[in-house]
Amino acid sequence: MHTDSMLFHAFVYLAAAVVSVPIAKRLGMGSVLGYLLAGVVIGPHVLGLVGQRSGDVMHFAEFGVVMMLFLVGLELQPSVLWRMRGHLFGLGGLQVAGTALAVMAIGLIAGLGSRMPLAIGLILAMSSTAFALQSLQERGKLATPGGSASFAVLLFQDLSVIPVLALLPFLAQTAVAAPSETQAAQPGWLHALLVIGAVCAVVAAGRYLLNPVFRLIAKTELRELFTAAALLLVVGVSLLMQLVGLSAALGAFVAGVVLANSEYRHELEADIEPFKGLLLGLFFISVGAAIDFGLFRSQPGLIAGLVVALVVVKFAVLLLLGRLFRLPAPDAVLFSFSLAQGGEFAFVLLSFAVNHQVLPTSVADPLVAVVALSMALTPLLFLVNERWVQPRFARVRGEQRPQDEVHSEDNPVIIAGFGRFGHVVGRLLRANHVGSTVLDLDAQHVDVMRRLGMKVFYGDATRLELLHAAGAAKAKIFVIAIDNEEKAVELAELVQKHFPHLKIYARAAGRVHAYEFQSRGVMSFYRETLGSSLDLGADVLTALGMPAHQSHRAALAFKRHDEASLRELAKLWEDDGAYFTKLRQDIEAFESMLETDAARTYGDSDRGWDPIPAGDESRG
Amino acid sequence: MQSQRVLVLFAHPAVQKSRVNRRLFAAAQSVPGVTTLDLYQEYPDFQIDVRSEQARLLEHDVIVFQHPFYWYSSPALLKEWQDLVLEYGFAYGRNGTRLRGKALLNAITTGGSEEAYARTGHNYFTMRELLTPFEQTARLCGMVYLPPFVVHGAIRMTHTAEVERAADDYARVLAGLRDGRVTTETAGSFDRLNADLTALGL
Repeated sequence: MHTDSMLFHAFVYLAAAVVSVPIAKRLGMGSVLGYLLAGVVIGPHVLGLVGQRSGDVMHFAEFGVVMMLFLVGLELQPSVLWRMRGHLFGLGGLQVAGTALAVMAIGLIAGLGSRMPLAIGLILAMSSTAFALQSLQERGKLATPGGSASFAVLLFQDLSVIPVLALLPFLAQTAVAAPSETQAAQPGWLHALLVIGAVCAVVAAGRYLLNPVFRLIAKTELRELFTAAALLLVVGVSLLMQLVGLSAALGAFVAGVVLANSEYRHELEADIEPFKGLLLGLFFISVGAAIDFGLFRSQPGLIAGLVVALVVVKFAVLLLLGRLFRLPAPDAVLFSFSLAQGGEFAFVLLSFAVNHQVLPTSVADPLVAVVALSMALTPLLFLVNERWVQPRFARVRGEQRPQDEVHSEDNPVIIAGFGRFGHVVGRLLRANHVGSTVLDLDAQHVDVMRRLGMKVFYGDATRLELLHAAGAAKAKIFVIAIDNEEKAVELAELVQKHFPHLKIYARAAGRVHAYEFQSRGVMSFYRETLGSSLDLGADVLTALGMPAHQSHRAALAFKRHDEASLRELAKLWEDDGAYFTKLRQDIEAFESMLETDAARTYGDSDRGWDPIPAGDESRG
Repeated sequence: MQSQRVLVLFAHPAVQKSRVNRRLFAAAQSVPGVTTLDLYQEYPDFQIDVRSEQARLLEHDVIVFQHPFYWYSSPALLKEWQDLVLEYGFAYGRNGTRLRGKALLNAITTGGSEEAYARTGHNYFTMRELLTPFEQTARLCGMVYLPPFVVHGAIRMTHTAEVERAADDYARVLAGLRDGRVTTETAGSFDRLNADLTALGL
C-alpha cells in the first residue's frame, strides 16, 4: 500500500485519535494530552507513520483554532465582551509587555545584549489559544473569572501579533531589512483603513445580510446546505482578514460576536462544532508529531532547562498580574497555569524572525522545540493544578466556589417546536418569568417570533449537537411541541437517551400518538385538541341551560375519566399494538372509547350538595 | 330615607338540585332596583375578577349573601369571593375603608328546622351565633351587619305554596332594604328578618 496516499494519512490520524483519546480520558488526562500522545506515537520518532507531511497538516489543522474562536464569539454577547475590555487591554497588554521585558532582563544579565532577548521575549509572550481554550472549555472553566481573564489575554495576544510583526524587523542584528515586504506597498494609514473597513464589513454583513441569507438557505430544508453555508461564512471571514493582514482567528471571533444574537446561533454552533473538534484534534496530533526529539536527544539538558525556564517565567508574570488585577487566588493560579506555554503564533513569528535576520537558526530551532514541548506540557499543568493545587484552596476556603459568569442563557425549559401549540406554552412560561430556550424548524416562524421579542432559535431539535448547544445538559424540563408525529417520538427517545435528567412534556396529536409516548415511558403527554374540545363542549352545555359551574365540572370529570381510560388502553395497545395497521388502531381506539363512554357514570361526586333526605335534619 | 342600592350575591354550586334557592333567586331578580349576580354562573372555574367585584361593591349600599347553609357556612365559591374581594387596603386594614357604612346580611336556606338551631336542638347554637364569622367580617369592614333572612327546613317544603310564600317574603324584605325601611333601627333586634314582616311594616 502506498503510504503517502491521502486515505492512508486520514486513516492514521483518525485511528490515532480514536484509539488514544478515550484512553487518555479514561486515565483522567483530558483529550488534548491524548491527541498529543497520539501525535508523538505516529510521528517520525516512534512509528514514523507520518513524516514530512505533518507540517502541512498542522498548517491545515490550524483552521480549527479559527473555528474555535468563531464558536467562542458566538457564545459571547457584545455586552459581555465590552465588560471584558479592562482585562483585554490592561491584563493582556501587561502580560505581553511584562513577559517580553522579563525575558529581555534575563538576556541582559546573561550578556546577550538587549535586541535578541527582546525579540525572543515578544515571541514567547504568546500563549496557545488552542491548548489553553480547549483545556479550559473541556473542564467547564471558561466562564469562571480565571477562565475569562485567560480568554481576554489570548484575545489581546491575537491582536498584538500584527504590531509585533511590524516591530521585529527593527530588532534585526544588522539593521538592513525593510519593514515587512508584504505590506511595504501600502502606506500605514491605508492599511489601517483597510483593516477598519474589513471589520466594518464583517459587522455590517453579520447584522443585515446573514439572517436573510440563512433564512433562504433554511427554507430549502437541506441540512447539508446549511452546514456548507456555515463553513463558507467562517472560511470567507478568515480569507478576508488574511487579505488585510489581520489574524484569521480574530476575524472569525468578530464574526462570531456579531452573530451571537442571531436566531441561527444554535444551528451554526451545532454545524461548526464537529469540524472544530476534528480540526483541533488534528492540530494537537500534528504538534505532537512535530516535536523534534532529535534536538531533544542531542541537547536534553538545554532544551529541558529552557522549557522549564519559559514556563516558570511566564507563570510568574501571569501570577503577579493576576493578583494585581484582583483575581481570587484559585483563579489567578488557574489563569497562570493555562497561559504558561508558548503559542502557535510563536512558530510563525520564529520563522519570520529568522527570515529577517532577527534570530539565527541556531537560536530559533531549539526555540521551536521548546515552544512545542511547553504546549505539550499544558495539559499536564492543568492536571497538576487540578490534583494538587486547587484542592489546597478548597481546603482553606471551605469549598467556596466563585459564581459562574454564564454567557449562554441557562433556561430551565427547552421548547422544541414553536407553532400554534408550543408558543402558547412559551408565552405562559414567559408571563410567569420562566425563561425558555426555543427551537423551531420553520425559519419564517422563527423570524416573526423574534421580532416579537422572543428568544427563538432556528434548528432541527432532533440533532444531538443542537440539543447540547441549547443547553439540554443544564435544563430541567424538555417540552416536545413539534408537529411531526414521528419526529416527536424520535426526539423523546433522543432526549431520554442522552439527557436522562430532563423531564419530558410532550404534545400528542391523538390517542395512538399518546400510546407511542406512553410505551416509551413518557407519561406527561397532552393531546393537542383535548383541552379546546372540552372547553367548547362545556360552553355548549351551558348554552343549553346547564349551570355554568356544572358544565365546567362535567368537562373536568370527563377529562379525568378519559385520561385514565387512555392510559389503560395504552397498556393493551402496547401488548399487541405492533400487529395492527395504524388505521385499524385508530378505529379500535375510537370504538373502545365510545364503549367506555357509554358505561361511564357521572355526577356521583357532588352528592354533598344534595338536599338531605326529608326527615333527616343532621347538618345545617 | 333615600333609596338604597341593593346587591344580591347568590352562591349555589348545584342550583338544579335546589328548588327553593332557584325560586328565591328568581324572586330577587324580580325586585326593581335590586342587582343580582349568580356567582357560580359568573365564575364556573372560580377565577374571580377581584377588581370588577370590588367596583360592584362600591356601587351598592346593601350587600346580601344568598346561599344554602353548608356546614354552618357558605358554599366554597362565596368563601373564595370573601377571601379575594375583601382585600386588605380595600375592605379593612390601613386605608381599607371603602366599604364603611354599607350593610351586609345573609339570606340563607337551611335543611334543619328553626328549633334545631337552639341549645335544645341538634345544632346546639343559634343562627345568630353560627353567623358570627359573617358578623365579625362586617364589623372589621366597618359595615352594619343586619339580622339574616332565613328559610328553615327548605327540604321539607313539599307544597309549592310554602315556597311561594318564602319567595314573596324575600322579595318584600329586599324591597324594604331598597326603600330604607329595613335598617338596624327597625330590625336590629330581630333574630331573622322574616320572623314577623308586619312588625317591619312590610
